Amino acid sequence: MKIGAPKEIYPGENRVAMTPDSARAIQKLGHSCVIEAGAGAAAGFEDSAYAAAGVEVVTTDEALFEAADVIVKVREPVEAEIARLNASKTLISFFWPGQNEALLNAARDSGASVIAMDMVPRISRAQKMDALSSMANIAGYRAVIEAGNNFGRFFTGQVTAAGKVPPAKVLIVGAGVAGLAAIGTATSLGAITMAFDVRPEVAEQIESMGAEFVYLDFEEAQDGAATGGYAAPSSPEFREKQLEKFRELAPDIDIVITTALIPGRPAPKLWTEDMVKLMKRGSVIVDLAAERGGNCDLTVADEKIVTDNGVTIVGYTDFPSRMGTQASTLYSNNIRHMLTDLTPGKDGVINHNMEDDVIRGATVAHGGEITFPPPPPKVKAIAAVKRDKPKELTPEEKRAAEVAAFKAQTRQQVTLLAVGGGLLLLAGLFAPASFMAHFIVFVLACYVGFQVIWGVAHSLHTPLMAVTNAISSIIILGALMQIGSNSWLVMILAALSVFMAGINIFGGFMVTRRMLAMFQKS
Amino acid sequence: MEYGFTTAAYVVAAVLFIQSLGGLSGQESAKRAVWYGIVGMALAVLATMYGPGSGNWVLSLILIALGGSIGWVVAQRVQMTEMPQLVAAMHSLVGLAAVFIGYNAQIEMVNVAAVLADAPTTLSATGIQAWLHEQELGAFAMKIAEKTSAEIAVLKIEVFLGVFIGAVTFTGSVVAYGKLAGKLPSVASKLPGGHMLNAGAALISAILLVLYFQGAGSWTLILMTLLAFFIGYHLIMGIGGADMPVVVSMLNSYSGWAAAAIGFSLSNDLLIVVGALVGSSGAILSYIMCKAMNRSFISVILGGFGGPAGEQMAVEGEQIAIDADGVAAALNDADSVIIIPGYGMAVAQAQQTVSELTRKLRAKGKTVRFAIHPVAGRLPGHMNVLLAEARVPYDIVLEMDEINEDFPDTDVAIVIGSNDIVNPAAQEDPNSPIAGMPVLECWKAKQVFVSKRGQGTGYSGIENPLFYKENTRMFYGDAKASIDSLLPLID
Repeated sequence: MKIGAPKEIYPGENRVAMTPDSARAIQKLGHSCVIEAGAGAAAGFEDSAYAAAGVEVVTTDEALFEAADVIVKVREPVEAEIARLNASKTLISFFWPGQNEALLNAARDSGASVIAMDMVPRISRAQKMDALSSMANIAGYRAVIEAGNNFGRFFTGQVTAAGKVPPAKVLIVGAGVAGLAAIGTATSLGAITMAFDVRPEVAEQIESMGAEFVYLDFEEAQDGAATGGYAAPSSPEFREKQLEKFRELAPDIDIVITTALIPGRPAPKLWTEDMVKLMKRGSVIVDLAAERGGNCDLTVADEKIVTDNGVTIVGYTDFPSRMGTQASTLYSNNIRHMLTDLTPGKDGVINHNMEDDVIRGATVAHGGEITFPPPPPKVKAIAAVKRDKPKELTPEEKRAAEVAAFKAQTRQQVTLLAVGGGLLLLAGLFAPASFMAHFIVFVLACYVGFQVIWGVAHSLHTPLMAVTNAISSIIILGALMQIGSNSWLVMILAALSVFMAGINIFGGFMVTRRMLAMFQKS
Repeated sequence: MEYGFTTAAYVVAAVLFIQSLGGLSGQESAKRAVWYGIVGMALAVLATMYGPGSGNWVLSLILIALGGSIGWVVAQRVQMTEMPQLVAAMHSLVGLAAVFIGYNAQIEMVNVAAVLADAPTTLSATGIQAWLHEQELGAFAMKIAEKTSAEIAVLKIEVFLGVFIGAVTFTGSVVAYGKLAGKLPSVASKLPGGHMLNAGAALISAILLVLYFQGAGSWTLILMTLLAFFIGYHLIMGIGGADMPVVVSMLNSYSGWAAAAIGFSLSNDLLIVVGALVGSSGAILSYIMCKAMNRSFISVILGGFGGPAGEQMAVEGEQIAIDADGVAAALNDADSVIIIPGYGMAVAQAQQTVSELTRKLRAKGKTVRFAIHPVAGRLPGHMNVLLAEARVPYDIVLEMDEINEDFPDTDVAIVIGSNDIVNPAAQEDPNSPIAGMPVLECWKAKQVFVSKRGQGTGYSGIENPLFYKENTRMFYGDAKASIDSLLPLID
């Protein structure tokens, strides 16, 4: 098959869908490549470089559409371009099928297959062709650079001979790919970076990039996993709370970068006019959502404005294009990966497999049919977080459980006491009174022992053993009582016992003292 | 009047002993508590020597001084790692003393019976009393002579029980000492016939008790003593090294019960009280140890781990070794470290080195804590004592229940010479012999280092899946040498 990349017609678009490097890789799949003369010029790739990579260079777009079986593009096609397609051709580009219904119908009518790079599902396997992410990454980086360009101070705090420079404070709203890239760039420039997102689970990612998560104390939290990792619209109460927080931060912040987008909807208004008024003169707002209406009330798409109180608001919509070389490299790689998936045999034959989750998801028109929106992918993008809370017991149930436990305990204790008491009484029937007197002492001592020993600290179990060992040599009393006997055998045995118990008493207590003296607080 | 004074002294001594045990609830109060015990003991001994029934107190004092100085010297010299065998050895002394005292009671009983047989039959009860006083009996013999026949019967049972328990304690402790000191092999070994031998010996002892009770004479007592010696020996021989914490506390309990039984036969309340205190203390310790291993007391006493209930989970993966540089790098990066010491640390005498490592890490502002499993080591609380000796502050030494939840937030867990107490099979494999035993969940830490001599299994012979986990690295070598090699690398 022949893969062809035309020159982008959109004014100011610097990117190109094929680079010499990606062309080489595509050729390894068994395809041949063709490019319109001058298509890569704005991104820094000369025609000669393409020719050197084995790419055929044609002079007109007409010729290109004629020659190529698969057309790869960056921007969505215009009517004229669609008109050149037919049933044997495939188009791969950004398409925005949700907003471009007329275009979609035209594509269907042409009978061509259309793969929308913006519709690649967000699953692990498809990350290599996720052009939205790779472009957002560039946008996030560029947004900070643009902000720095319009900001009159250093990002990093410095103490110099010429005076002290406070660090810039950057707030990033929305921690998607662009947001995270912006966080990384801002922190590496030395700014104090804060970031906000409606999805609490990204707090960890934000902190891992070195920014501080702006925490909102709010019950209802979004589960990003349910929406494929994208943010969903939030409730009015949540929004109120959020705006309140921003209002509180606004006077302190030097640079705001807003990246909040909700798929298929206008951008949410998060930075209102009054917040802009609260900001210091010289502050900068970069609105990455400008194309979709902007997160800031005052944003003008594709323009940079300065408000009355000296706040610069950058509303460019072409951040990736402003870094044409980098963006082209990444985008062409995304395209190349898509082609790799489309060419499973590496034999130059495109197999448009509609069973494949990724290809099916990205295809918006195929065989004269509109195949948008796609069915949900078989593999869920992000594993849903398990959230089974232990069932809350009602007060009645709790009470019932307590009563049952109390009853069981009572029954157990009463049984024990009854059996123990019965046995004691039985013993009392036969045993002499003098024995019973001692027995009472014995039972009480056991009882006291049980009560006392449970309180002994775990770490002191060895000293406990040593000390009980020492006091168990109380048996010396017995020997002392017998040593006065006039039977020599008794006396010798008693003397031996006294001797042994003597070892024990001193040894036991000494060793206990030694051990206890070692325990010390830090 | 004299008797009253002795009893009063006993009451004070008993209270002091209870205070002494109760004081062990905290490290600081324990230092005071041991003095209560010493004062109580001194009071009890003095009161007994001053009180009735005692004589030959010069000899007594000499012997106490002699024994005491030996005990003093031993206690000063003993290494903290040798504490388990010292405790076991001291138990054996109590057991033997109980046997001797029981024998004395028997001898006196025979003597008194002989004297009584000579008494003129014409005398009335009070007459006999008066006549007895004319005979030159010792004070203890007088007490026996004054007993009624029912009391003599009870006395016989008490003596018999006291001697039995004392004899079991004696040989059991000697064997436990041998095993702990490495003088006997620590593996469980039984004579052919196993526990049937013990049961048989116990049964014969019971028959001997009946014979003795019916007046069969001293030979029954002697024969029973021999049988009890055998039971003590064979019972403890059949219990392996890892169960030693239970064995030592069980023997501790026995020595208490022996003292209590002797107290009954001598009608001495203080002996009874203290014996009961010690007995219940040992019993509770045994219970705590058994619970920590999720095993019943019976199964520990019967020795060895029960056979596997079914096919054990196969362990997959391989043990990956790491060198000191790798461990040191991880430690330098870590914020929180938990160290899990076991018997291996005691064997290698590595506690000082571990303490030095702790000091260095703490000096760098890292959180370092110790996780102690209740049955780590060979004695309840063994690890605490070793770490205390090495001057590790006790407030960073935590029990299993206190620290188990913290492992997921821990960067590095270091296992030093412990095995079964960190075995995840206890939770993951229902067929494992140690299934259900509470273990330290160190594998939940981000990284685990295991300091171990070689690839062998632990005492119980159970394969440890921890060593094969992805976040586990094996740090082979002698614990002391390994940690020593780490020290200069921590900066």
